[in-house]
Amino acid sequence: MLLTYFAFGILSVIALASGVMVITRRNAVHSVIWLIVALFAVGGVYLLQQAEFLFAVQIILYVGGIMVLFLFVVMLVNIDVALKQAQFSRQWLLGVLTAALLAVLLAYVVYNHGQGLNLPAQPLVSMRQGNTQAIGQALYQNYMLPVEIASLLLLVAMVGAVIMAKRKFE
Amino acid sequence: MNMLETATNFLSNHPLTLAVIKILIVFAVLAGIVAYLVYMERKVLAFMQARLGPMRVGPWGLLQPIADGLKLLLKEDIIPAGADKFVFLLAPAISVMAAFTVFAVIPFAGNFYVTDINIGLLFILGVSSLGIYGIILGGWSSNSHYPLLGALRSTAQLVSYEVAAGMALVGVLLISNSLSMVEIVNRQQELGVWNVFLQPVAFVIYVIAAVAETNRNPFDLPEAESELTAGFHTEYSGFRFALYFMAEYTNMVLVSCIAVTLFLGGWLRPFGSLKLMAGGLDLLEFVPVFAFLGAAAFVLWLGLKSLVQLERYFFMALAAAIVFLAALVAVPPVAHALQGIFWFGVKVLAFLYAFIWYRATFPRYRYDQLMNVGWRWMIPLALTNLIVTAVVVWWKGPHLWSLLPAGLAVTGLVGYWLSLRSPATQASHN
Repeated sequence: MLLTYFAFGILSVIALASGVMVITRRNAVHSVIWLIVALFAVGGVYLLQQAEFLFAVQIILYVGGIMVLFLFVVMLVNIDVALKQAQFSRQWLLGVLTAALLAVLLAYVVYNHGQGLNLPAQPLVSMRQGNTQAIGQALYQNYMLPVEIASLLLLVAMVGAVIMAKRKFE
Repeated sequence: MNMLETATNFLSNHPLTLAVIKILIVFAVLAGIVAYLVYMERKVLAFMQARLGPMRVGPWGLLQPIADGLKLLLKEDIIPAGADKFVFLLAPAISVMAAFTVFAVIPFAGNFYVTDINIGLLFILGVSSLGIYGIILGGWSSNSHYPLLGALRSTAQLVSYEVAAGMALVGVLLISNSLSMVEIVNRQQELGVWNVFLQPVAFVIYVIAAVAETNRNPFDLPEAESELTAGFHTEYSGFRFALYFMAEYTNMVLVSCIAVTLFLGGWLRPFGSLKLMAGGLDLLEFVPVFAFLGAAAFVLWLGLKSLVQLERYFFMALAAAIVFLAALVAVPPVAHALQGIFWFGVKVLAFLYAFIWYRATFPRYRYDQLMNVGWRWMIPLALTNLIVTAVVVWWKGPHLWSLLPAGLAVTGLVGYWLSLRSPATQASHN
């Protein structure tokens, strides 16, 4: 149990510290690298909660997929020029406000509802079955319609993006 | 003495001890295999082109990998002046780490694997997709044009082919009902048929995507030497270059292992239900003995042919060692225990040979052709196969044999339709 708390502490410190690094680096590629570290640490927290499917999806989708595309785009930016340009940090007041709002919301959930941080001592699904099957059943049997609607929405967005990109090139 | 006793007690009871020993074994054997894979590639390519290949270092060039390794270790480690130093140093390590980590969940035999986790296949997909960071960061941090172009090409290629490979693997998952690698092999034993016969289309798609993901011919555009010098690792020298080299060959072994586990029955013997019983022993379990004896005969023949006295002695000693191994494997309990590892090794070796064979056979794709094959052919066909598999599994339940004709017929039809719509066909009609 002590080991779990210890691991949680290390992972959350890594996640928070690399989150700070993401917004303080001037070099965009370094920011992306720190974001990858942060995502890894969050994945570790999932694993600590015995949500191994979520951990795997976090690594495959965010670290292995989306961040690669991030890097792909960022690499094409000319760093030397970008460093001399003004940074997009003029809306810091708005940013601070949003962050404060989020913090208040989180604090409200944690302290008032009590349930929020009372993580179950036992995993909700038995370890032998694993939660991959449980998630699959929930998504494709209990919540079939919402999942299909959401995926249709994503498909429409994807087709829209392709059409917009095509128009630009023609 | 007492302290020593408690220490050994602690170690022998600790759950990590066995795992660490297994990891060390896998790591050491893998490093050796990778070194000699390079030797094998040079030899096989040479024979296919009617040359001799490395012959100078050691008998038949057998010590060449060691000499190469030493050379790379002793070479100057150059870091380009404009490079992003930290990222430049980090990148090759990422590549190697990603490649080696995945072997933790590969079942080499029913009785030998580091660990078996219930998300095995997802773990493999996730960790092996990290290897791309080694390439992309290495290419970017070199601050040079060729590496950057190589890295960009590599990223686009890997992202495109990962989709097709992933969808091909989902077909196997539908049949085996599990993400655990050991379970997937056990399921093939239960069904009495390897997945390649139930998922022929997925197998072909996975093999093609695997070649593309390891940046091997005919998909080696990220390091096309005639266009990009050496691609993403142009600026790397010495041992950092060796790390990239190692990562590439480790990845070759890795995708072969995955293909063998998922499609070719892993450690299972071909014709597993067939038994030639004699005196309470299954004679087919002694195939490894004959394989070793054959290898010994070949080595002996090489030795007798050699004109150098020292080489003759070396080959004879080697043949004697192999005969000794054969004798060891002939002991029934040993034969039984080593069955799985032997068949797994044979299948992986066949895959690795095919990788080298492709390199000697196919010319490199042009970039637009590469993207066409990935997006216009592989992904639609993989999707078709996935839908067919899902429908058959849902409809037929355990009678999965109908997957073979159904999968081939439907993907064949879709493939024909795709070929009618492809720009090349339409251009020829006009």
